Amino acid sequence: MSSIAKKENLVYQRPALRTEKEYSFCPGCGHGTVHNIILEVIEEMGLQEKAIGITPVGCAVLAYEFMNIDMQQAAHGRAPALATAINRMMPDKAVFTYQGDGDLAAIGTAETIHACNRGENIVIFFVNNGIYGMTGGQMAPTTLPGMPSSTSPYGRDVETMGGPMKITEMISQLDGVYMSTRQAAHTPAYVRKLKKAIRQAFENQQARKGLSFVEIVTNCASGWKKTPTDANKWLEENMFPVYPLGDIKIDGKLVK
Amino acid sequence: MQKEFKLMKGNEAVAEAAIRAGCDGYFGYPITPQSEIMEYLMLEQPEKRTGMVVLQAESEVAAINMVYGGAGCGKRVMTSSSSPGISLKQEGISYMAGAELPCLLVNIVRGGPGLGTIQPSQQDYFQSVKGGGHGDYRVIVLAPASVQEMADFAVLGFDLAFKYRIPTLILSDGIIGQMMEKVVLPEQRPRFTEEEIRKNTPWATVGKTPDRERNVISSLNLIACNQEAHVNDLKKKYDTIEENEVRYETYQCDDAEHVIIAYGSSARISRKAVDLLRAEGRKVGLLRPITLFPFPKKQISDLVAKKVKGFLTVEMSLGQMVEDVKLVVNGQTKVEHYGRVGGSIPTPEEVADAVKSIM
Amino acid sequence: MTEEIIIAGFGGQGVLSMGKILAYSGVMENKEVTWMPSYGPEMRGGTANVSVIISDERISSPIINTFDTAIVLNQPSLDKFEEAVKPGGYLLYDPNGVNTPPTRKDINIYSIEAAAKASELGLAKVFNMIVLGGFLKIKPIVGNEFIRKGLEASLPERHHHLIPENEKAVEIGKELVKEVQKV
Repeated sequence: MSSIAKKENLVYQRPALRTEKEYSFCPGCGHGTVHNIILEVIEEMGLQEKAIGITPVGCAVLAYEFMNIDMQQAAHGRAPALATAINRMMPDKAVFTYQGDGDLAAIGTAETIHACNRGENIVIFFVNNGIYGMTGGQMAPTTLPGMPSSTSPYGRDVETMGGPMKITEMISQLDGVYMSTRQAAHTPAYVRKLKKAIRQAFENQQARKGLSFVEIVTNCASGWKKTPTDANKWLEENMFPVYPLGDIKIDGKLVK
Repeated sequence: MQKEFKLMKGNEAVAEAAIRAGCDGYFGYPITPQSEIMEYLMLEQPEKRTGMVVLQAESEVAAINMVYGGAGCGKRVMTSSSSPGISLKQEGISYMAGAELPCLLVNIVRGGPGLGTIQPSQQDYFQSVKGGGHGDYRVIVLAPASVQEMADFAVLGFDLAFKYRIPTLILSDGIIGQMMEKVVLPEQRPRFTEEEIRKNTPWATVGKTPDRERNVISSLNLIACNQEAHVNDLKKKYDTIEENEVRYETYQCDDAEHVIIAYGSSARISRKAVDLLRAEGRKVGLLRPITLFPFPKKQISDLVAKKVKGFLTVEMSLGQMVEDVKLVVNGQTKVEHYGRVGGSIPTPEEVADAVKSIM
Repeated sequence: MTEEIIIAGFGGQGVLSMGKILAYSGVMENKEVTWMPSYGPEMRGGTANVSVIISDERISSPIINTFDTAIVLNQPSLDKFEEAVKPGGYLLYDPNGVNTPPTRKDINIYSIEAAAKASELGLAKVFNMIVLGGFLKIKPIVGNEFIRKGLEASLPERHHHLIPENEKAVEIGKELVKEVQKV
């Protein structure tokens, strides 16, 4: 063992900006991966002293326990409002929000849309797993048609509950949005693409280009009541057709 | 130096004084009768004078959460609204109380409940002094009775907010917001520099430097015993504030047999009522609480000890502050209430008659 | 000296700004003042009124029901505020549009044909200053030089070229005001 545990053989390590606190996420959850990549990018870009992160209410509420940067914990859905004020009063910082689908696309819809419309110079990370994880698997705006949840136990009935909300496409129509993209984080290949997108988002932010919006479609094995591997399979087969991956807006221009 | 007198509305005075207090950011949403605050700031363009940011948010909820974000960075930030808007802001105010963030809040109260009326009222007393949102907390409440105090309390409000890391509320109403009076404005003071913020508010999230641990602004505490300790610490802070920050004014109280207790514009009206009653030879005085939290309990107790025969609170409400007066008086003497509601304003003559009715 | 005044008329007649100029003139003379408008939906084209108090002492209530002087510029305002003048107080009104003149016998009544004069001279914009001139003739509570200072302080800089016209209107008003009844 000791003969191969050398730096040059390392393929993975704890990001330098991770705290010692162990992740409290469920097995197979995508949050830990996304946290890690954000922290890697912040470190690689040398933004630790400028970074101010805003955590949501939901599974990512405790992100401040894992990220070794200055952070604020927002009321449910309000992260873009906090980020707006910080960005306006300290334009030289690197401000980002990290939000789930309930936080960003339900209770925080107004804050999301208006921060995007004003073109706040921030990065928004939107982790979409189609369900409320923290509160125990309730229906989210992004829950798929027919998909069961604890508040749609017979499956989401589009007639009475509405359909899955594609908020990334919606906000991409706003002039204030400079970049929007939809990524995934469940395989190494997707992680590499995601990291590129996150880096681009922070570069936009540093170049004061406007708002960059990165959606990450992930699984919620616990909420979906599946094993992690089954959840990833279900993610590809069911979530991706409704939430197709790829760039939506780049350099202020819609690409699809 | 010759003092500079201006004729200003209360709403304009608080806005101008906030700029001069070194405010970093105002975040608001229009609502009558306080829209002049944001209108004044937008017209004045303090960004050019001091670098202060003024932003019209998409809602009151967004506005107060912008204040939370800015306060978390050690900035002097404020918002203003009127009653229905303040109800919406209670979410953020509770979070700020929990996260111990300083800010200046202004409520130009109108008559409720619901959309109610745009006319003046004092029906938000309970909401202001008992916390307002969810959880066990207090905010400092300043009750100006003149346009001059609207200006003065903008400065004082920021200073108290930072001294105790607590939201401070200026509780005013449509009378004081809309009326114009002579006012002497405070001197311009500089905004905090980032260096000062790092030194004076070391908890602020302005970016983690290698010489300190990361800062986290949060009101979340999932472990019960930790949250209990936190709430008990908040209580200690509130006790300190009660000890140190009571402010009040008395008028004709020395020989008074009956005392009116009134704050804000009701105190102005009551002062005239005292004059009318004194002109008839009646020994009536006025106690005006300037801080509603902390409440001038000792001053009321002292009047009880001086054998005052009765108190009358005058409020533009069904009687809210009267409950706090009764708690202090504790049955030792008579406490009655006189009020008008729903945007109606009591007249000095009505107040004088109400005092006579308890004699 | 304490003077409690109500000024009332239609929205657009310059009621609030007349009160503001009067109040600002008081400030310039280092007096205590309050200017308390009716505010709200009735301001949008309906009736508007403002109470102005000018005093040598600290002013207690800005909310008052009875007045030393009522300046009324339409019938609804006359109907509303004639009764509110203190006995021995003053009522100044513009007969233009007033069908039912004041009837009280215990107050001093003055009239001023300000609307007619303003229209005759093409000075519609300073109609309210003609009325103010009439008031100052009856009750010279602030001096001319302070009216000028009040105008300077209350008008935005870009309107300062209009000050001479405003001052002229005040002088016209002083000439124009007529005593109807003296008690």
